[in-house]
Amino acid sequence: MSIQSTRKDLLIMAVFTLAVLTMPIWLDPIGAAYPDLLQKFAIFGIFAIGFNILFGLTGYLSFGHAVFLGVGSYSAVWSFKLLTMNVIPAVIAGTLIAGVFAVVIGFLCLRRSGIYFSILTLAFAQMSYNMAYSVLTPITNGETGLQLTQNDPRIFDAAAETTGLPITELFGMKLSGYPGFYFCAVLLIISFFISLRIFRSPFGLKLRAIKSNQVRMNYTGFNTRPYLLAAFVISGMYAGLAGSLMAVTDPLAGAERMQWTASGEVVLMTILGGVGTLIGPLLGAGLIKYFENIFSSYNEQVLHEIFSFLPDLFENIMVFVVNPFVGEGWHLTLGALFMVIVIFLPGGIMEGWTRLIGLFTKDRSKPDNNTPASAKAQTSEG
Amino acid sequence: MSDISRGKSGGVSRRSVLKAGAASGLVLATPTIFSSKAHAAGFRNDPGAAKSVTFGFNVPQTGAYADEGADELRAYKLAVKHINGEGDGGMLNTMKPLSLKGNGVLGKKVEYVTGDTQTKSDAARASAKRMIEKDGALMITGGSSSGVAVAVQGLCQEMGTIFMAGLTHSNDTTGKDKKRYGFRHFFNAYMSGAALGPVLEKEYGKERRAYHLTADYTWGWTQEESIKNTTEALGWQTVNTVRTPVGAGDFSQYITPVLNSGADVLILNHYGKDMINSLTQAVQFGLRDKQVNGKQFEIVVPLFSRLMAQGAGPNIKGILGTTNWNWSLTDAGSQAFVKSFGAEYGFPPSMAAHTCYVQALLYANACEMAGTFNPIPVIKALEGFKFDGMGNGATEYRASDHQCFKSVLVVRGNENPTSQFDLLDVVQEVPRSQVEYDPAIFGGELGPYEVAM
Amino acid sequence: MDAIVIQILNGLDKGGAYALIALGLTLAFGTLGIVNFAHGALFMMGAFCAVTVQKLLTISARVRDMSVTFFEAYKETPYLELWWGDTGTTIIEYSVPLSILIAIPVMALVGVVMERGLIRFFYKRTHAEQILVTFGLAIVIQEIIRHFFGANPIPQAIPEIVSGSANVGTMLGLSDTLVYPWWRLIYFCFATVVIGGVFAFLQYTTYGMVVRAGMADRDTVGLLGINIQRRFTIVFALAAVVAGLAGVMYTPVLPPDYHMGMDFLVLSFVVVVVGGMGSLPGAVAAGFLLGILQSFASMNEIKQFLPGIDQIIIYLVAVVIILVRPRGLMGRKGVMES
Repeated sequence: MSIQSTRKDLLIMAVFTLAVLTMPIWLDPIGAAYPDLLQKFAIFGIFAIGFNILFGLTGYLSFGHAVFLGVGSYSAVWSFKLLTMNVIPAVIAGTLIAGVFAVVIGFLCLRRSGIYFSILTLAFAQMSYNMAYSVLTPITNGETGLQLTQNDPRIFDAAAETTGLPITELFGMKLSGYPGFYFCAVLLIISFFISLRIFRSPFGLKLRAIKSNQVRMNYTGFNTRPYLLAAFVISGMYAGLAGSLMAVTDPLAGAERMQWTASGEVVLMTILGGVGTLIGPLLGAGLIKYFENIFSSYNEQVLHEIFSFLPDLFENIMVFVVNPFVGEGWHLTLGALFMVIVIFLPGGIMEGWTRLIGLFTKDRSKPDNNTPASAKAQTSEG
Repeated sequence: MSDISRGKSGGVSRRSVLKAGAASGLVLATPTIFSSKAHAAGFRNDPGAAKSVTFGFNVPQTGAYADEGADELRAYKLAVKHINGEGDGGMLNTMKPLSLKGNGVLGKKVEYVTGDTQTKSDAARASAKRMIEKDGALMITGGSSSGVAVAVQGLCQEMGTIFMAGLTHSNDTTGKDKKRYGFRHFFNAYMSGAALGPVLEKEYGKERRAYHLTADYTWGWTQEESIKNTTEALGWQTVNTVRTPVGAGDFSQYITPVLNSGADVLILNHYGKDMINSLTQAVQFGLRDKQVNGKQFEIVVPLFSRLMAQGAGPNIKGILGTTNWNWSLTDAGSQAFVKSFGAEYGFPPSMAAHTCYVQALLYANACEMAGTFNPIPVIKALEGFKFDGMGNGATEYRASDHQCFKSVLVVRGNENPTSQFDLLDVVQEVPRSQVEYDPAIFGGELGPYEVAM
Repeated sequence: MDAIVIQILNGLDKGGAYALIALGLTLAFGTLGIVNFAHGALFMMGAFCAVTVQKLLTISARVRDMSVTFFEAYKETPYLELWWGDTGTTIIEYSVPLSILIAIPVMALVGVVMERGLIRFFYKRTHAEQILVTFGLAIVIQEIIRHFFGANPIPQAIPEIVSGSANVGTMLGLSDTLVYPWWRLIYFCFATVVIGGVFAFLQYTTYGMVVRAGMADRDTVGLLGINIQRRFTIVFALAAVVAGLAGVMYTPVLPPDYHMGMDFLVLSFVVVVVGGMGSLPGAVAAGFLLGILQSFASMNEIKQFLPGIDQIIIYLVAVVIILVRPRGLMGRKGVMES
């Protein structure tokens, strides 16, 4: 750790912190500045950052990470139901219990590598999902999802004097709306900082060594398993934290959070943003959530408003052309976007960024050859 | 962020000082551009002097129920037109009593925003939150499954926004999980059972042995329970009740045990794709050609819709079930709705479309009655509201559980359709008195009118 | 006894479908090294070949139903029936078997276009990128299908003569109450034939030999100067055809909708991995094994002791097998382990 790189990290952290905390301002023009979506950005950002610690550093592709998200949510909601509406125990419980699950699942799954590992994690997640949806309904409330009720015990809270359902709080401050976002944002910044430290640490270096050649690592007498397990558990706990934050901002835990599609989503977020980059997964998470929430809400009426500056004829043509891609067609746009990004930018959004920067710096003369492009993107964290 | 609702305790505790400190700190921290959106008024998203109000239509646009969702959206658009006084007015011509004047609601033009529930609780809540937080929706409505309805209803209770449920059939929606801010016009599993009972007795007799295949989640269970109770009261035996995973696709391993179980009726507590698959496969296994105990083997699908009948093709012919509404009804309200829907889109509305259309109108009407958009008086206007001319005869929004009570249709898959839409035959319109029940049997609490914001 | 025999039949039938889907997937995996998340979409496209053929055959003369006044409702009679009477009806009944003839060239073309147009650029890319691009492609295909056919399942008819049940009990010398639908028996036989055909192709043709060699050691085969590109294209087309055929024949059992590919995607990956990466016999064996186990786990006698076991059995078996046998049932060393 040279002084220079520490200084660079400080700069990164400062810029990152500022960017996250001012999200409500700079996301306003694109219609994304409302509490729920901002919370989702932060929460899925944490999820993706954590996933990237496993996938980006070690190359182990877990296809069942959503199980930790679900476990974190369920734990948090149970903490709200049984203990208190204060979010601190809920967040701790969610993170730790997800960690316990990660230890067990990771211990078993990490006995295999490559696609076998992926399918093992997928199998655990699907089992959890199926059980939570049906047989475990007494614990999970099945399809409907676990919700708060007025007559939950909540042993640490004074007898509820409020009417209606209690609201999650942090020592009296209610955590819905913007306060909820800032709470998530602070945790996102902390998570990002930890991730940054891990990336820079000898531990992170070892994980990367495992990625590049595990066999050789093993031959040198280096036992990789504890390191892999540690990475798996850390990233599981990130997911648990994200899950508990979902419960904090909206006290409901549903089984579909553990479905393979949810696991797949975080994989897509990470790849879309740029595997192994620090900030990429966050961007991927933001992009996918933005599509899901904003693109799906455009309907003909909204389109007409957007294109109203055009003459009538062109307005109608534009609405006609764009309409299949928004609203109920938002999946189509998302699918096409995946393809376009991965075809033209192998390293995800982050590579696009690096190339853009490249255009403006003197490196321009150096031709950007294809093969190391992704590798380059993977090492250029920032 | 006011503490008015919590302030009864009086006196200043350390906690409330802390709270106030934290709160004001946050208010300062919140950028000023949001203050315009903050709810300074007495209720969330008060339109104040604005010229228009916004409704939020939250329907499945992707996933298995996308077609149903698309039909719901068509109905909502039609409802908005009619409320705003455009088009032919639809049910505004038949609804009694009617407070709407065809000039919007309380003189404000109705606009709408749409969103995709994806038939997932999380996505549905996120979408509803967007409508409430960003688009300023006054009311959320729609949905095509009970899980989503219960989840969104819970959210709306927290947010103090009225939720007019779309298609949701579980007893829980207005039973165990009922909410003060949630209203359901659609019927439920209990009513399906109560309506089907006498028809089953008449058609299939008193001595039958039933075998249930049930989708393994809350809606399936409530329906299984309701149908089981009804049929056992008739004197039927229940041979077995088997839970099947949602989205199983191939149900053969659950159907084959029925063949030699001694049962002579198969009851499929499935909906949507599950129902289409299990029914298709049960017919392929020759269940309907079987004779058991000297009786013709029968299949019953307690809840089905025209869209599902379309997916099941010829297999639905002769199958008994219940439905909330069908376009072939000849009362004035149904005719008015089918007429304007048909003129607009060129085909008849589904039962999901009907319930959504009616819900939108009922909400608008209640605002007009209450003379305000403030949800509390609006809820009070809806509670116990009796109306007619909306397709199901005389109907009442029961105050104690926010469930509509009206007649229920027992239908049969049409053996000889005269057109591509003519898939269901109405066997009987079971009157309201026969499907009513005591709200206490399902428990649950509506919760308060006042919500902390 | 009957109950067990019939669950074995159920399992074989289900297993036939799993094996067919997994076969194509493992071909693409083993030979081309491609993680194809669009494989489910190929299965779905096959099913929609059948839907299209049915729609074409049932183009109908429409007689307005005058009792309906608010919109236009028609009584539809297919022209084939009008022109040729019962012969026409019979042709329409046979739309699913007929669509096999259409599906083979169509799916082969789809396979070639997909491989030439997209997949081949991804041979050298990471698995993560392959997943992202093929998943994106699957969504795009799915949404296009939905645009034309809607989201609701579309029922498919089966020929009258095989619509009943076969008396399997008598055939096997067991009780005569043991019956099983003809169509499902046909599906099982069909799956066996297709699987046999693929194996024969790989075993007895030069193409097949190269493909097998490629599965064993791709780099060396490339070095031998064999035009591996063309072979790859053909392998991919073959995988697409197998998936498509599985889809066509499955439509009477499972009325197709645009999402059916995704529903099978995860399962087919599990089957392939349980069978062992790069092993075709492994994929087939795993398909049948999982099918049969799933059927047995659904029996009431077993569910009584282990509620919900039928929902997780496949994944449970997958976990056990992968943990006990590091490379699945018949996987070889070095395939997809980097």
